Amino acid sequence: MNLNLTLIGQAISFAIFVWFCMKYVWPPVIAALEERSKKIADGLEAANRASRDLELAQEQATQLIRETKDDAADIIEQANKRANQMIEEAKEQVIADGKRLRKAAQAEIEQDVLRAKEALRAQVSVLAFAGAEKILGATIDEKAHSEIVEKLAKEL
Amino acid sequence: MASENPNASEYIKHHLQNLTYGQHPDGSWGIAETSQQASDMGFMAIHLDTMGFSIGLGVLFLWLFRMAAKKASTETPTGLQNFVEMMVEFVDNSVKESFHGKSKVIAPLALTIFVWIFLMNLMDLIPVDFIPKLAHDVFGLSYFKIVPTTDINAALGMSLSVFFLIIFYSISIKGIGGFTKELTLQPFNTPIMIPFNFVLEMVGLLAKPVSLALRLFGNLYAGELIFILIAVLPWFAQWALSVPWAIFHILVITLQAFIFMMLTIVYLSMAHEEH
Repeated sequence: MNLNLTLIGQAISFAIFVWFCMKYVWPPVIAALEERSKKIADGLEAANRASRDLELAQEQATQLIRETKDDAADIIEQANKRANQMIEEAKEQVIADGKRLRKAAQAEIEQDVLRAKEALRAQVSVLAFAGAEKILGATIDEKAHSEIVEKLAKEL
Repeated sequence: MASENPNASEYIKHHLQNLTYGQHPDGSWGIAETSQQASDMGFMAIHLDTMGFSIGLGVLFLWLFRMAAKKASTETPTGLQNFVEMMVEFVDNSVKESFHGKSKVIAPLALTIFVWIFLMNLMDLIPVDFIPKLAHDVFGLSYFKIVPTTDINAALGMSLSVFFLIIFYSISIKGIGGFTKELTLQPFNTPIMIPFNFVLEMVGLLAKPVSLALRLFGNLYAGELIFILIAVLPWFAQWALSVPWAIFHILVITLQAFIFMMLTIVYLSMAHEEH
């Protein structure tokens, strides 16, 4: 427990340690700490900005979706209208076609009837002569009576 | 060991003796073999154990912190760097709280004081016989004291350095005139009271380094002494006392390092402030 040169030795080593710490230890660590705290502050600010941006973007997205929905509704409505119109047109077309077809069919039928009548007329005279022959038991002069029969046939 | 079967008193005295190298009264230089020889050397002697351990621990501290400082970056810190940054931030906050001037020296000074004293105090937790026994058996050294802060020279060496810093800052901030005024015109601002003021202020000024050194030395010396006393007990009973005391001593170790650091900051901030 004697005071001696150790005192001075300790003071000197203390001074050297403090100097070293001041020169080589303290500045880099403090600089890193300050830089990091700045970085964290920047990061927090960026996060805030990002969340604001996100909010804005969400709003925009909602707006866009609403507009799109409206557009879609319009388009659907138009499409429906168009479809109805087309159906109407088709119906009219069909009806018109039907009428036309019926007319054609009727015309054809009439023609067939006429043709059948003609054919019948042609046959009537023959039948009449055959029948008359059978009744009279004699041959009838076809030529002589064919006029009468043809007249008759025309009346049919 | 000084003798093969020492009694308790010899054992304690032996443990409280530093390994001293110095000039014998007859003029030759060498290591003191007995306490008497060591004290006969007077001022021209040096405690090899105190110097060795304190410098070794100081180098360890600076090496560790320098390693972390080199790697310091804004990336996520890991391991050692984390610890070093925590220490630096803690000291930086302590300095900012009580020191309002601008100085590049005070914060690193406080860090050095805190960590260095802490490490030196920590040597107190190594069982009292381990290293002295090793030193004796391996190197043939008869005395070895491993806790530098239980040597008044270590504590006083630091506190005197702080004292010179106090005076240096007092003069460089306030000028010689301002410093003289502070010493002579307080607390009673009349010319008649100058001698009284001067004595009072000088006592106050000188009390700073002395109290700083004695507080640290006293606490650690007492702690060490109690460890030595416990070591005198029979081997099977020692743990019952040494374990609680060691646990309690962890607090003392940290607290004394912290107090030394805080008081240094406070004294230096007082030196910076104008009244």
